[in-house]
Amino acid sequence: MQYLIAFLVGGTICALAQLVLDHTKLALPHVLVGLTVLGAILSGFGIYEPFVKFAGAGALIPVCGFGNAIATGMLQEVKRLGWEGLFTGAFEITGLGVTAAVVFGSVIALVSKPKD
Amino acid sequence: MAEKRIGQQTIILSNPPRIISHHCTVGPMEGRGPLAKYFDDILDDDLLGQTTPEKAELAILEQTINKTLNKKSLFVQDIQFYIAGDLLNQIISANFSARSIDTSFLGIYSACSTFTQGVGLGAILIDGGYADKVLSATSSHYQTAERQFRYPIELNVKRKPTNQHTVTGAGAVVLASDGDGPKITSVTFGKVIDLGIKDVNDMGSAMAPAAIDTLTQHLKDTGRTVGDYDLILTGDLSRQGKKMFTILAKDAGLSLGEKHQDAGVMIYSPQQPVGAGGSGCACSAVVTIGYVFKEMVQGKYSRVLIIATGALTNALTFQQGESIPGIAHAIVIEV
Repeated sequence: MQYLIAFLVGGTICALAQLVLDHTKLALPHVLVGLTVLGAILSGFGIYEPFVKFAGAGALIPVCGFGNAIATGMLQEVKRLGWEGLFTGAFEITGLGVTAAVVFGSVIALVSKPKD
Repeated sequence: MAEKRIGQQTIILSNPPRIISHHCTVGPMEGRGPLAKYFDDILDDDLLGQTTPEKAELAILEQTINKTLNKKSLFVQDIQFYIAGDLLNQIISANFSARSIDTSFLGIYSACSTFTQGVGLGAILIDGGYADKVLSATSSHYQTAERQFRYPIELNVKRKPTNQHTVTGAGAVVLASDGDGPKITSVTFGKVIDLGIKDVNDMGSAMAPAAIDTLTQHLKDTGRTVGDYDLILTGDLSRQGKKMFTILAKDAGLSLGEKHQDAGVMIYSPQQPVGAGGSGCACSAVVTIGYVFKEMVQGKYSRVLIIATGALTNALTFQQGESIPGIAHAIVIEV
């Protein structure tokens, strides 16, 4: 059941984003950044956490989950360090994902070539 | 009034230059399309063994030029002008290819209409008595154009149905004052037309008004009708732009019917994953050299109007919200 909910919720977020891409003049970066900011805002208001509890990976994997991770990391660090946390917190949780993206991206770029 | 001009924009070539040699090369995707049997060379590998797509585009262009010259045992010393252009910044494919062609070089740019611009200019140089032989070539490559105008293909961005697929390939012709081959009898260089279309994912519709402007001006200047041509080939409006072109033609009182074909529509089949069809400097070049010339030799067409179209935009101007100016240059080819 957990898997099914994650699949449906994650799929719905992606489908909505695709509809925005296909039917508006917005380009990919707009949608990408828009969803990230939305996730961060919802996280700041404490709405994203219950959503993650409900949908699991369905809420974490789409890019709004990345926004949530940025905001959550910042809030934690602000509690620990005070205002400096605003600067150190952004990559507190997301560092793992960002580094993984860079490392795996580099590895894949080394072993594969784009084709027509 | 200059004696070789008629009307506002058309030049009549009284000593029509002949296309004595020509060659076209296409990539694997074009080789799977409906015109495959017409192309001289179909590559198995769109990188042609090179390490980057930019190097590959240059290699494809150079190979095409060499084969064009070799076909008729021509040497670079026989050529007085080399005219070329492509889609990349600072037309690097054309400029770099000129390193190995030891003659006067004219680099030109009018996006996907570069082919007819180059052939038209070359024909004028010969007709005017400024040259005996002119080499004209264009190239484009899917991967280089995507990375410059949209996204690198590694990013794998889902494309819109109105997007066009840049043709991988190159075409080259040698024009000469005497010899055998189809002749260029007139040239109509187009005006830049901008109706304010800003959708960079639908360049076909942005170019259609320029194509119709050049077509109507050409017919007005020459006093001809659509019926005087066996084929009117626009390129590369693709499916989306062709729709717009048909509507505009109707408004202009022209009934084109089956006489009108578009290079961007012809080069791929509707089943191929290419959005609205083909584009790129190579699109109208390879369809003209591959399909039109061969069908002219077979006797299917005897007088053809080629109207190559270009979208004069770049990645920066569209990000800054500018509209897309279009241009179309026409040449008349007869056997």
